Amino acid sequence: MNLVFYLLAALTIGGGLAAVLLKHLVHCALATTVAFAGLAMLFLQLDAQFAGFAQILVYIGAVAILIVFAILLTRGSELPKDGVFSRSWFVGLVIAAGVFAVLGWAVLESMRALPQQTAVPAVTVHDIGIALVGRYVLPLEIVALLLTAATIGAVIVAMHEKERPR
Amino acid sequence: MTGVTMGINSPLAGYLLVAALLFAIGLAGALVRRNAILVLIGIELMLNAANLNLIAFWRYGPHPEALTGMMFAIFSIAVAAAEAAVGLGLVIAIHRHTDTTDLDKMNRMKG
Repeated sequence: MNLVFYLLAALTIGGGLAAVLLKHLVHCALATTVAFAGLAMLFLQLDAQFAGFAQILVYIGAVAILIVFAILLTRGSELPKDGVFSRSWFVGLVIAAGVFAVLGWAVLESMRALPQQTAVPAVTVHDIGIALVGRYVLPLEIVALLLTAATIGAVIVAMHEKERPR
Repeated sequence: MTGVTMGINSPLAGYLLVAALLFAIGLAGALVRRNAILVLIGIELMLNAANLNLIAFWRYGPHPEALTGMMFAIFSIAVAAAEAAVGLGLVIAIHRHTDTTDLDKMNRMKG
């Protein structure tokens, strides 16, 4: 556990908390981007360079931009009159706290069985590419199909409908 | 509670705790907020926490050269991108229909 890990963890958790708690939707989107960036750097800290850069490309490059577009298209930058939190916010908070308590308890109780420092895995992007078109080629094809279907589906769902007589 | 007195000495445990906290924050966001876009942001945070777990277990697992955790995380990122595109498209479509993104007001299934 070094200083860099604590800094990145604080950045990620702070970004996540701000994304959930802030009032303005645009601020929430920016805080989400900060959390995504912190996670990407945590991936780099874990020697997973490919996943880290994929995280930056996909989440900061695509998902964050999509969220900003959705906020603009739904006029979400205006503050709602009756508060930003749901009527049943307390129940949700209790459920989330309970989930964190169970997960944290499980991690702390199993701490002694967890592995200590291990050697840095010698995995290059070349190995990942070979594995993607070798052992994992069928999931790769299915993901390609899924992404195509999702793109077409998102366009169809969000497309302007023809005016119907009411 | 021996873990607390020893302090967090296993690096994997630190990453797992960060992922658990991020998952709880995302869950709270999905359950507590009114706006549908914020609920989607919460779901994205939960997916990211799961990815962090996958990568951490890959890094500190016994066979990192098998690349299983890494591949799982990469495919999970791709599926999450598809989910975000369809989810935000749905939010925009519902906003066009009912002129609201408030989930408390979306209480009918008739168009």
